[in-house]
Amino acid sequence: MPAERPSPLIAARPAPPRARAGWSWHHPATRARVWQLLALLGVAVLLCWLVFNTQANMAARGIQSGWDFLGQTAGFDIGEQPIAYESSDPYWRAFLVGLLNTLRVALAGIVLCTLLGAAVGIGRFSRNLPVRALCRAYVEVFRNVPLLVQLLVWYLLLVEYLPDTTEAWTWGHSVFLSKSGLVLPFPQHGADGWHWSMPVLDGFAIEGGAALSPEFLAVLAGLTFYTAAFVAEAVRAGIASVPRGQIEAAQSIALGRWQTLRLVTGPQALRVMAPPLTNQYLNLTKNSSLAVAVGYPDLVSIANTSLNQTGRALECIAIVMAVYLTLSLATALLMGRLDRRDRARQQA
Amino acid sequence: MSPHSTEIIPARPAPLRVGGLRAWVRRELFGSWVSALTTLALLGWALWALPGALDWLLWRAVWQADADACQAARGVGACWGVITEKHRLILLGRYPLEEQWRPVLATALLLALVIASGIRLFWTRWLVLAWVLVWAVVFTLMGGGVLGLAPVPTERWGGLPLTLMLTTLSIVLACPLAVLLALGRRSHMPAIRTLCAGFIELVRGVPLISVLFMASFLFPLFLPVGATPDVLVRVLLGIALFAAAYLAETVRAGLQSVPQGQLEAADSIGLGWWQTQRLVVLPQALGAVVPGLMNSFISIFKDSSLITIVSLYELTGSLGLALSGDPEWRPFMVEGYLFITAIYFVVCAAMSRYSLWVEQRHARGQAR
Repeated sequence: MPAERPSPLIAARPAPPRARAGWSWHHPATRARVWQLLALLGVAVLLCWLVFNTQANMAARGIQSGWDFLGQTAGFDIGEQPIAYESSDPYWRAFLVGLLNTLRVALAGIVLCTLLGAAVGIGRFSRNLPVRALCRAYVEVFRNVPLLVQLLVWYLLLVEYLPDTTEAWTWGHSVFLSKSGLVLPFPQHGADGWHWSMPVLDGFAIEGGAALSPEFLAVLAGLTFYTAAFVAEAVRAGIASVPRGQIEAAQSIALGRWQTLRLVTGPQALRVMAPPLTNQYLNLTKNSSLAVAVGYPDLVSIANTSLNQTGRALECIAIVMAVYLTLSLATALLMGRLDRRDRARQQA
Repeated sequence: MSPHSTEIIPARPAPLRVGGLRAWVRRELFGSWVSALTTLALLGWALWALPGALDWLLWRAVWQADADACQAARGVGACWGVITEKHRLILLGRYPLEEQWRPVLATALLLALVIASGIRLFWTRWLVLAWVLVWAVVFTLMGGGVLGLAPVPTERWGGLPLTLMLTTLSIVLACPLAVLLALGRRSHMPAIRTLCAGFIELVRGVPLISVLFMASFLFPLFLPVGATPDVLVRVLLGIALFAAAYLAETVRAGLQSVPQGQLEAADSIGLGWWQTQRLVVLPQALGAVVPGLMNSFISIFKDSSLITIVSLYELTGSLGLALSGDPEWRPFMVEGYLFITAIYFVVCAAMSRYSLWVEQRHARGQAR
């Protein structure tokens, strides 16, 4: 008779004791409380230390602090002013001009990069090989070169290689492009109601119309071409996420390629595309801060000038950060709402 | 015929099997009228643009460092002579001329280290030692002051070595912090969750430039009176904190992809929380998000160009430094930009190729 082998079963562990209310270290809730308390305490100590150091440093270096400087005269000129501004205006108005300049270039950039990005992204699915290759090359090149380098190159091309104002390139004598920027016809409100203000080359300058400075154009071109490469990838991923069966179904009811894109693939792809597109819009807005490198007077550039003049580093950087945080939150909120509405509609 | 007749449409014949070059050309280049016209238009454009571009880029370009020849060839040929003349300044920044072997050697070591870290063969314990050793050697080489090397202050460091050093160091510093932040953001403890989420969202909401300005203007104020760390250290810290917030979100996506069953399995064999994360969760989570991590690394590499704005002369900055002050060579800035663009492009492309390779390997491991 063979020896009885020990049973391979390991005895079950007893059920854990019911968690008792109390302050035992073995109680997960207690441990969680202790860890959280320690973390909060650590952060609080760190913050206190930073504030204490800052105050000590400010006292030692005689740095003033406070927001009173916003009411003082700024005393510097700004190249581009969406609203009236004089160098005798206070700092807060200079910051406002900077903010408007940031918004101006960001909004224009968002519109343009969406158009270009969508075109390139859709082009990746073209049945024509050269078109596919071209779109792919576009994405590879513009994505892999730092935005700052692209900005500087655009600026260099605009200010070095374009003709002088007197020999500006022109299309139909209504659009002028030269070293001093792009001049377009612009609707204007005059004594006799709305009319188009047409640019005219008058001697050494172009009069009338709306002028876009080379700085603005460089920032806009840089942001647009750079972000469009990322938008194109988001569009491509969105379209690729639509199941193949949907496209076959569209074909089976004899929809053309454009109809398929507009009616079947596009709407389904949009849902997938919304979050990455939001991210790209946010990135574009934040990247507009690089305008400081080519001297476009955006918020960061104005803050930088103010910082150098007043020495209020803490306040100026806080303003910049607060503005961008607000912009980010606002965009995220807006896109989140659109996304939710879109989802609700699809479920209806 | 009534509108509801159910007449059966005869099936279309199966498409003919097509193959070979002719069919390929027909399908890819001349699939339809629109396609054919597009192909012809692009071909025409290429035929028109390519010879001119090649002329400018290669055939009529000036290669020797001769400013007069460059001036004469302006508009018809590129002036690569500007690179011949200024490559040292562009690549090494303001590092003293007679000591240039030091940054060159440091860069070579650093590159070798990074490449070796990417190869599976070297993934052993020795790699950690190699990292410590190489960094010690790199800093000794760059900074000098010992072993008879002349001291070189960090303000004079620049160019490609600075770009590579900043990128690698900030990635190495940011990664552990990112993992902690990502774990914290998924923690069950509300206070820790809020702190981590707050930090991540705060940093991700502001531009890198404002973080760099903060590093260069505010960090000295935050530290005890009299303690002013080197601007390079401050900027490195700023970039690392910024990168950590972005990496944390990528890591979090990976953590979410690990099935709950894995955690329960780890619980059932009696692993503690840290053991579970280290042995079970993180290896799977990080493996799943290699493409995302690599994308972030590429961004960090590209973003390192921004430190130009706070007056540290890495690759982009040293180009400006090399050319804008020299009226003789200043007109050939475009060639300079093309040169550094090529460097950025090659490094980024290599990183994304590598990421694809790792992704495929990972996919092979996942296949059943």
